[in-house]
Amino acid sequence: MKIVVCIKQVPNTNKVKLDPATGTLLRKGIPSIINPDDKAGLEAALRLKDRHGAQVTALSMGPPQAEAALREALAMGADEAVLLTDRAFGGADTWATSSTLAAALKRLEHDLIITGRQAIDGDTAQVGPQIAEHLGLPNISYAEELRLESDHIVVKRQYEDRCHVIKAKLPCLVTALAELNKPRYMTPGGIFTAYAKPIRVWGRADLDVDEADIGLNGSPTRVFKSFDKQARGTGSKVEMDPQAAAAWLVERLQEKFIL
Amino acid sequence: MSNINDYKGVFVFVQQVDGTAAGVAYELLGKGRELAGKLNAEVTVVLPGYKVGGLAAALARYGADRVILVDDPALETYMTEPYTRALTAVVNEFKPGILLCGATSIGRDLAPRVSARVRTGLTADCTALEIQEETGDLLMTRPAFGGNVMATIVCRERRPQMATVRPGVMRRLEPRAGASCPVVDFKVAGLAEGRNVEILEISKKVSAKLDIQEAKVLVAGGRGLGGPENFRLLEKLAEVLGGTLASSRACVDAGWCDKELQVGQTGKTVRPNLYIACGISGAIQHLAGMEEAEVIIAVNKDAGAPIFEVADYGVVGDVHKIVPQFIEQIKAAQAAKEQQDP
Amino acid sequence: MDFELTPQEAMARQLFRDFAEAEVKPLAAEIDEAERFPRESVEKMFRYGIMGIPYGQEYGGQGCDTITYILAVEELSRVCGATGVILSAHTSLCCDPINKYGTPEQKAKYLPGLLKGGVLGAFGLTEPGAGTDAAGQQTKAVLAGDQYILNGSKIFITNGGEAGVYVILAMTDKARGAKGISAFIVEAGAPGFSSGKKELKLGIRGSATTELIFENCVIPKENLLGAEGKGFGLAMRTLDGGRIGIAAQALGIAQGALDEAVAYVKERKQFGKPIAAFQNTQFVLADLHTRVQAARFLVYSAAKAKDRGEPFAVKAAMAKLFASETAMRVTDRAVQLFGGYGYMREYPVERMMRDAKITEIYEGTSEVQRMVIAASLLKD
Repeated sequence: MKIVVCIKQVPNTNKVKLDPATGTLLRKGIPSIINPDDKAGLEAALRLKDRHGAQVTALSMGPPQAEAALREALAMGADEAVLLTDRAFGGADTWATSSTLAAALKRLEHDLIITGRQAIDGDTAQVGPQIAEHLGLPNISYAEELRLESDHIVVKRQYEDRCHVIKAKLPCLVTALAELNKPRYMTPGGIFTAYAKPIRVWGRADLDVDEADIGLNGSPTRVFKSFDKQARGTGSKVEMDPQAAAAWLVERLQEKFIL
Repeated sequence: MSNINDYKGVFVFVQQVDGTAAGVAYELLGKGRELAGKLNAEVTVVLPGYKVGGLAAALARYGADRVILVDDPALETYMTEPYTRALTAVVNEFKPGILLCGATSIGRDLAPRVSARVRTGLTADCTALEIQEETGDLLMTRPAFGGNVMATIVCRERRPQMATVRPGVMRRLEPRAGASCPVVDFKVAGLAEGRNVEILEISKKVSAKLDIQEAKVLVAGGRGLGGPENFRLLEKLAEVLGGTLASSRACVDAGWCDKELQVGQTGKTVRPNLYIACGISGAIQHLAGMEEAEVIIAVNKDAGAPIFEVADYGVVGDVHKIVPQFIEQIKAAQAAKEQQDP
Repeated sequence: MDFELTPQEAMARQLFRDFAEAEVKPLAAEIDEAERFPRESVEKMFRYGIMGIPYGQEYGGQGCDTITYILAVEELSRVCGATGVILSAHTSLCCDPINKYGTPEQKAKYLPGLLKGGVLGAFGLTEPGAGTDAAGQQTKAVLAGDQYILNGSKIFITNGGEAGVYVILAMTDKARGAKGISAFIVEAGAPGFSSGKKELKLGIRGSATTELIFENCVIPKENLLGAEGKGFGLAMRTLDGGRIGIAAQALGIAQGALDEAVAYVKERKQFGKPIAAFQNTQFVLADLHTRVQAARFLVYSAAKAKDRGEPFAVKAAMAKLFASETAMRVTDRAVQLFGGYGYMREYPVERMMRDAKITEIYEGTSEVQRMVIAASLLKD
């Protein structure tokens, strides 16, 4: 079985700030990690490999530094890695990102594609289902359990108040929740082996994809503006009888749509 | 793609499960009306499902000008592909200018597939929507990086402008008594054939006790509670708010509650949507663990307690008297809202 | 000299840090308080290859180098000094001599268990009457046919009672003094071999430190490690390597205390501002940071010398001397910056201060390191 896992390298924090002058993200000094949902997806693939035998390929799109995330995937046990990197892919929204990844996936054999549900930097949860759409595959989002039964996959799919246990024929795409598992650590020896392996690097010329579907030009959406969340204002403090105080609090909660 | 000027009006996807419309649908209707007002356009509801036509009346009362009903046995239980086909067919036929979905686990599965299929942009999990005066385009604002950065997104050249919208941030309208609207019974072919996966089992979730780092609402107690028995009072408050109990170090040390619940430098760092600090003075070590909560309420009898420096809403007074009142009034407010809900 | 880590080493450090933060740190206070050996952490370290870092894959090792192993000790010790020494004693003092001096049969028999099979290692040299003067061994080993019979006892043995394999030094020819000392591999459960009760210590209280007792302990002849009479040299060279491990432990403890202090001074407010805003605080931190970085360079330079196959005894001695004194200095200042809170067990710096002290004592006291360094300086 061939499994491709899409991983994204993200800054290891959600405490990022914007550069007040340029409005771009200040990422300097913030270490990068494999996005947690994606890492759970990778672990799920590695468990299928441990259990049933599989060839696991890690696929990432990003700047050349994203290689580190792929090395980590290899050190955890992925068999091979592909990095999509090209200026032409830059500035992509989820539409263009998914069509680029889908173009790469067309070149990679796959019975099962696993992506994370969403990345901690963008929180969109769109790329997985959009890849599946570009490839014409079924997708099952929000997987909290996953197992293989002969030629199909059985996934416990999470909703707010319930779960569906869904069976799908392969090939298909599954988006993984971080709750799916606890990813294994790399091993020290695995790290050294990972650095000895080649990483396939594909650019614009390696993909059969329409110019209108990639990068900034292929992105239907644009950032109009971005801004830091406003700092907490000074609060208000009251001293009144319990009944009035409780009523005041309920009003505040209603204002904030918490009630 | 046809001319984007052919795409008009504000469409709202109404998610229903077991025949009940999700609350966010009514919120989207409220917002949709406001946007439609600016555009001088209509608000259309898209209602896929099976035997769900009965919801149309309530949707009209909450602001729908028109309901497009896609009623089909294949849509009885949510499944990605049949729903994608239904919504795509509506988009292609009716050409919405704007299409809004709730950012629920259904909406965030369905909307990406539809957007990819109709080749348009999609903005996830928006918390604010407005119309740009000069262009009439939809400005979609959303948090990123865990809410530390906000971005406003536009989709200028493709239609519909699609967004999923976070539940609980838009305001629903007061229902218009007796209002009704036309219902279009829209038939979509091939829905049953779209069932490309099989649902083996559906299980309702039993709400497990949440870890305090994952809880959206935390009710935290401190030394000011006076004793372990008073934690039960906070438990009740947590229960009515769907929240989880937390604590300051003092209570853990006193053996009133488990170390798992401790917030602070030597406990856990939390960032819930709502943090209610009861009888917590707010030592710096505690504040370090919770000051990034979205909304902070503090109840403490000492008006000079440091907790009030970080609280959005502070009440100076006796926890034992205020919390029971608070619980009662929350219940009353919830009951009132439920009655209002269709 | 280049102290930059390679990308592999940098990623290995990140792995060890993630592992330490997630798996080891949460237990640190508890194992200290309860004086409990963290068996579960050791099992995880076996599972992820951390117990066999600088050894060949043919024996179940990770095939990495000394510097990678040193990074592991440093990162574990940064959150828990006790866990750091468990790894250091296992690797440097037990796996190292077997890997270096063992016969192919001994290596095939013992290394797979030690490197990945869950068998912890220990090393027994110190005796009640033979500490710094290691040549004064009283434990005797007598060859009787196909077996050696051991009698005597060892004290202060790290991983004692928890280990499955011990490298033990004993006198085979009393008349020849240091040249009459030999090394043996002794398995837990060997007849006549037992460990005493766990010692109660000032620091590294989660690690096991025990007496080892040999009462007509019988081991097969083929468990002689290296040649008869060559045990003293083996022990001294083993300790040279061990010193880099302890230096890394000290470095980790120092870094951990510095990190805690930096985080604390940004939070703690006095006179209306964080104490980080006071120049006194800043100067203290600047000095500590500089010392820690200097210690790091010494430790890495010793590890890299070992990897290159160069003589490293003096470098190891300098690294251990400076890093252990740095650990004492940094933990002491960290407690001071924390003030009253620093003295409380609620915060980790008092534990780090207690853990730091042993690094100036075991595997050669600071005085022994000075002797080694001075001797190298003054020799003709």
